[in-house]
Amino acid sequence: MPSSNGAHRPIVLEARGITKRFPGVIANNNVSLRLHKGENLALLGENGAGKSTLMNILYGLYQQDEGEILVSGQPVRVDTPHEAIALGIGMVHQHFQLVPVMTVTENIMLGAEVLRGPFLDRRRAEQQIREISRQHGLDVEPHALVADLPVGAQQRVEIIKALYRNADILILDEPTAVLTPQEADDLFKVMRSLTDQGTSIIFITHKLREVLTYADRIVVLRAGKVVGETTPAEASEASLAAMMVGRDVILQVDKQPPHPREVVLKISDLRVYDDRQILAVDGVDLEVRAGETLGVAGVQGNGQTELVAAIAGLRPLATGSIEVLGQQIGGNPPRTITELGVAHVPEDRQRDGIVKVYPLTDNSVLETYYQPPFAQWIVRQEQAVTRYAEQLVRDFDVRTPSVHVNASALSGGNQQKLIIAREFTRPIKLLIAAQPTRGVDVGSIEFIHKQIVRKRDEGCAVLLVSAELDEILALSDRIAVMYHGKIIAVLEAGTATREQIGLLMAGGQHPPLSDSAAATIPAAPFEPLPAPIEQGVSTHE
Amino acid sequence: MSDAPTPPAPPPATPSPPPVAPPPQPAQPAQPLLLRLISPLIVPVLAVITALAIGAVIIWLTGKDPIAAFSGLWAGSFGSPRAIERTIIRSTPFIIAGLAVALGFKAGLFNIGAEGQLYAGSVMAVLVGFSFTGLSPLIHIPLAIAAGALGGALWGGIPGVLKARTGAHEVITTIMLNFIAIRMTDWLIKSRNPTLLGDPLDSSGSRSFFVEESARLPTLFGTNLHAGILMAIGLVFFVQWLLYRTTIGFELRTVGVNPSASRYAGMSVPRNIILAMALSGMLAGLAGTGEVLGVEGALKTEFFSGLGFDAIAVALLARSNPLAIIPAGLLWGGLLTGAQLMQVRAELPIDLIKIVQALIIMFVAADQIVRWMYRIPKDTGGGQSVFSSGWGGK
Repeated sequence: MPSSNGAHRPIVLEARGITKRFPGVIANNNVSLRLHKGENLALLGENGAGKSTLMNILYGLYQQDEGEILVSGQPVRVDTPHEAIALGIGMVHQHFQLVPVMTVTENIMLGAEVLRGPFLDRRRAEQQIREISRQHGLDVEPHALVADLPVGAQQRVEIIKALYRNADILILDEPTAVLTPQEADDLFKVMRSLTDQGTSIIFITHKLREVLTYADRIVVLRAGKVVGETTPAEASEASLAAMMVGRDVILQVDKQPPHPREVVLKISDLRVYDDRQILAVDGVDLEVRAGETLGVAGVQGNGQTELVAAIAGLRPLATGSIEVLGQQIGGNPPRTITELGVAHVPEDRQRDGIVKVYPLTDNSVLETYYQPPFAQWIVRQEQAVTRYAEQLVRDFDVRTPSVHVNASALSGGNQQKLIIAREFTRPIKLLIAAQPTRGVDVGSIEFIHKQIVRKRDEGCAVLLVSAELDEILALSDRIAVMYHGKIIAVLEAGTATREQIGLLMAGGQHPPLSDSAAATIPAAPFEPLPAPIEQGVSTHE
Repeated sequence: MSDAPTPPAPPPATPSPPPVAPPPQPAQPAQPLLLRLISPLIVPVLAVITALAIGAVIIWLTGKDPIAAFSGLWAGSFGSPRAIERTIIRSTPFIIAGLAVALGFKAGLFNIGAEGQLYAGSVMAVLVGFSFTGLSPLIHIPLAIAAGALGGALWGGIPGVLKARTGAHEVITTIMLNFIAIRMTDWLIKSRNPTLLGDPLDSSGSRSFFVEESARLPTLFGTNLHAGILMAIGLVFFVQWLLYRTTIGFELRTVGVNPSASRYAGMSVPRNIILAMALSGMLAGLAGTGEVLGVEGALKTEFFSGLGFDAIAVALLARSNPLAIIPAGLLWGGLLTGAQLMQVRAELPIDLIKIVQALIIMFVAADQIVRWMYRIPKDTGGGQSVFSSGWGGK
């Protein structure tokens, strides 16, 4: 798809020798970067590589310690976002800067109000918004409240906000991190339309696939330095990953055929309501056996979150039953379920998985703090907790100066490794891993995937829920596709294709499977193994 | 911010097995112990100094002598053994009630109801104090204290249950329960037909029966100090131990900082809310009990006149740290005790001290002002975040 590398076009934005120091860290070390007119430049790097710092400097949120910025060849000072906007630079942050209770029009006008006398001229602003919207296929309803919009639409509002301020250089910070695959595709279409009409774009990401598919040119940052510049034509996923991490990365998960044994998790006719009292899980039947990984694929918001919450005891069941090793757990409190040997890697680690203001020690016994040896009667045993935390940190390679620092001091990947360490080190029979590698760097993803496979091989039943299709394909032995609260198909990982699953995720029917066959796994005795599972062997791709 | 400026982790030498020791990281040099101990004190101490300085300016503006005022303040609060004695007696309820509010903050709850809980506890303590006769002090005192604790715990537990069961915000419910407790105490004391707690011998009709001598807290070492201060110090260390050394405290604090994670971890959020409010109320009830059994020997209407609200100030000044409650409470009691001599020496209204106290709290609560004035870098962590999240958090 990339039509040209744009080298012959004029340079609209240039950073020369940018250095930015934070206490104890050099976030950017002599970084130089050029953006051509109409170019779609991908800035690739792991968490903490300095991508966002660089972009925040270009947008005036930080000031560089050394180096200069040039816009259309002229050296400029960008001390505030206001000045950046005046220079035609717009930025869409990873966390949107929108006011939820205001309408789309009001949000876009905010700070750039069109007035008629002392009053806001909403109609004129609306016209402009519709104009921009039509020109670039940015579909939004100006009267809608931002709070009511899905994430993808909110992002379009952010982009319009930048264009409304006449930005011709657009910086997108991890734009696809919060999007479904379909929304991401739509976004890249919009980006293509923008570059075709002369807008220049820098987008930050750590997803290799989208870089290779959509970027015109790729700049890779590692540890604050530019370590490479390439084009999708010259690069491969492996070469980019190696550049990002600084060593060869094994992207394929090496795993043996599964040896499924007894049923550990049995879900029958499960119905669960979400916070808005809408039926989010609508009659799900599932079985997961010891020694196998069942991947639940699906676009986010199709009931996966509620399914996991119900199993973990965090959400009441409307109907149906959940059994672990024959014991009914549906409706039990989380503590009972945890004590039965169920581990849960939560999808929102900042909210559920860790307490950020607690040291690693307290976080490593978050669920077991009351059990010996971590407590005698009600008295906590600090030394036992410290020893245990040190063991977790060592065994799971959590990078931290000490187990006594707060979890907030760790990077996302290391926070996740701590959670994985905590959940995997307990004696568990069922592992529920929800989005286990979201927002995690490539090196940590590799490690976490290995640990999940190891747990399966040890005889644990693994329920993996992920919005990343690659992850599902790499780790699963069977794949259940969830759509509108229902499991619409269960496929053998060995035979399933990416396209087939993608179609099912979008609600498309799967011809070879009838509804009933798709919705339930054939009930089979423990021994001998059911035939279909024996086939589920090789990793996809 | 995915790209926070965290130090880039060096790649591991081999993917597996994991390295034996985590590689050393240059960032985050360990703070020296002394600095770690002192740094949380900086803002409160500077807040006090700044507030006193502004107080001096106000005194000067009114044409009075700031030096005479402050020498009076010092002499009246900490300047002599006699003054220190009075300061300690005055500070005791501030310490215990401040501890009550601080414990609430630690569990993410803003207990504005200490005032009402003081009355609820005191009513129970007085009732037990005068109803039983002929008991040994060894039985009567613990019994009266236990009654006071129970009264406070019940009164504090109500908003806990309301929050846990219905989600009603504790700030609203505790304020309402304050009114109920204060007015109900009024009625209990003033009612003459039938006579309930009120002593018919009291001409003003605003005092309860005196408690039996066997329920009075003993005085210490031949001074006017009563055993309440020992109770206060004991409670401070008990709360410190409970919060930081027990599983109960771990649950309370976890529910306070991250209810979502505590649910995930298998803790019961409603149970901990009720427990925290009951414990907080119990401490407030004990603060009232100490005053009734140790100082007055009886309960009067309007007896505490805002003590429960000053307790919030003490907790804020101590940044909800149980051990810091002792100096914060002493400062509070000292300012009020010293104010009387200040009034005499500099002919100033006693209300000036209220202004100084208000300034102290303003500077502690809005610590940004103090940090800006003295160019102190941002705090790395502290109790005050708990305060704000307890308020508008959900």
